[in-house]
Amino acid sequence: MSFGQLPYDLAHLLGGAVLLLSFVLLYQRRISAVINAFATQGALLALAAAWQGYVQGAAGLYVTAAIAFGAKAVLIPYALHRLVRRFNLQRGVDPALGIGVSLIAGVALAGFALLVVLPATAGQRALAREDLALALSVVLLGGLMMITRRNLISQVIGLLSLENGLILAAVGVAGMPLVMELSTAALVLMLAVIAGVFALQMGESFQSLDTESLDTHRGEGE
Amino acid sequence: MSGGFANTLISLVTQVLHLALILALAPVLTGCVRWLKARLMGRRGPHPLQPWRDLLKLLRKRPVLAENASAISRAAPYVALAAAVLAAALVPSFARGMVLAPFADLLLIAGLLALSRFAMALAGMDVGTAFGGIGATREMTFAALAEPVLVLAALIFAILAGTTNLDVIIGIFQEGALGLRVSLGFAAVALLAVAVAENARIPVDNPATHLELTMVHEAMILEASGRHLALWDFQASLRLTLWLALLAAVFLPFGMAAPGAGPIAWVIGLLVFIVKMAALAFALAVFESAIAKMRVFRVPEFLGAALLLGLLGAVFLFVSTGLS
Repeated sequence: MSFGQLPYDLAHLLGGAVLLLSFVLLYQRRISAVINAFATQGALLALAAAWQGYVQGAAGLYVTAAIAFGAKAVLIPYALHRLVRRFNLQRGVDPALGIGVSLIAGVALAGFALLVVLPATAGQRALAREDLALALSVVLLGGLMMITRRNLISQVIGLLSLENGLILAAVGVAGMPLVMELSTAALVLMLAVIAGVFALQMGESFQSLDTESLDTHRGEGE
Repeated sequence: MSGGFANTLISLVTQVLHLALILALAPVLTGCVRWLKARLMGRRGPHPLQPWRDLLKLLRKRPVLAENASAISRAAPYVALAAAVLAAALVPSFARGMVLAPFADLLLIAGLLALSRFAMALAGMDVGTAFGGIGATREMTFAALAEPVLVLAALIFAILAGTTNLDVIIGIFQEGALGLRVSLGFAAVALLAVAVAENARIPVDNPATHLELTMVHEAMILEASGRHLALWDFQASLRLTLWLALLAAVFLPFGMAAPGAGPIAWVIGLLVFIVKMAALAFALAVFESAIAKMRVFRVPEFLGAALLLGLLGAVFLFVSTGLS
């Protein structure tokens, strides 16, 4: 299978769009814009899963798509918007590392993902390898976002978009059992709930969602 | 022998028709975008032909130059317009295979655009007013980030198509054998961002205002008047048309007439071209109405992101073609 066949091309392009949204997440400064970008990424992921379901003829992937859309494009962004309004967090996301530097690091990570994935999967078809590289880039960018942001909501979004990369990799593989995806989806929902509870507790104790204020409580800062 | 002559004649006719079309269309396109924006904001808006009327009026008026204006102020509008006209002649609109097609290198087009921008920056600084200087420095700061994006896009196309010649690239994209590539998607987004910045459209600059501390393009031509102002305005319209035509030709190449095709293919190509341009103009108007202008200090970040996106596309393509 090579380029020029619509089913694979479109899947590839959707993977690229998900990666693009990961960069948008790193680029945005306002917290509500970050949440909206995350919702868009969730919707694109759902689209990618549904398209894979259509191409592979696997009905289970439609379930994955529905879960991804319901949870990541609607429910979680809605809950996060509620949190933001409740704690009045309309100001910027306050990156620990500058936006420009984190974007450069993001491009370096994407190149790194390619360099790792392509030699490791030699012999497979070109598109599957690049799709895997795209998914790995999304995972790495999610990790980068968790590292470079101080705000709790941004860190949660980084974690969730990291998980988007895992789902993207999983739906691209034909014959992945549905149980895997369901369990990751359940895991993510649990994570979101825990993060929400944590954010509520933290907001009530510190009146901010800046994780820097936790540093003094783990015996490191003074 | 006669076949070769006929082909040359056809390509010459295509070229002349293309240039006439672009020159006539450019101010109308600017007018259409202004009219659409006005409609979207609930105003009646000026007639789409208003830029043409303004141009004809201004062309009849004598320019008023500052006392200390040097020859640069006199020559710059002509240099800028000539570079823009030549660049516009190179970007195909309704048909490929124009007589200048062998010269339609993307790097040459980037160079011509840079030359026209250089002339504008010089004109802005020539008289020594504060506004002109601010505009020129800002324009050059943005250009340092915007120009590499076009070069990176040329690199991506060159890896895919094997050449930087625009005409050949479009021909290969038209066949569709390359499919939808992620790198092309990245290049498209990066080029859209640069097109917005290059034409002084809204998130970067506001084309509809004077005497605002954040303006860039208008600040440089604040001193221009009469005939010179007409030339600057025409040049700005040409650049907008050129960028939209470039985006349409590379990323939406369908419907364009093949080299040596007859008038029927031209008419189809022309209709498709007009539809594409109208769609792009509408998208631009909606985008400009929906978004707020960003602070000047954020523009380098915006263009830097576009640059990184182009770089990402190039790296992706480079590594995957090198390793597969």
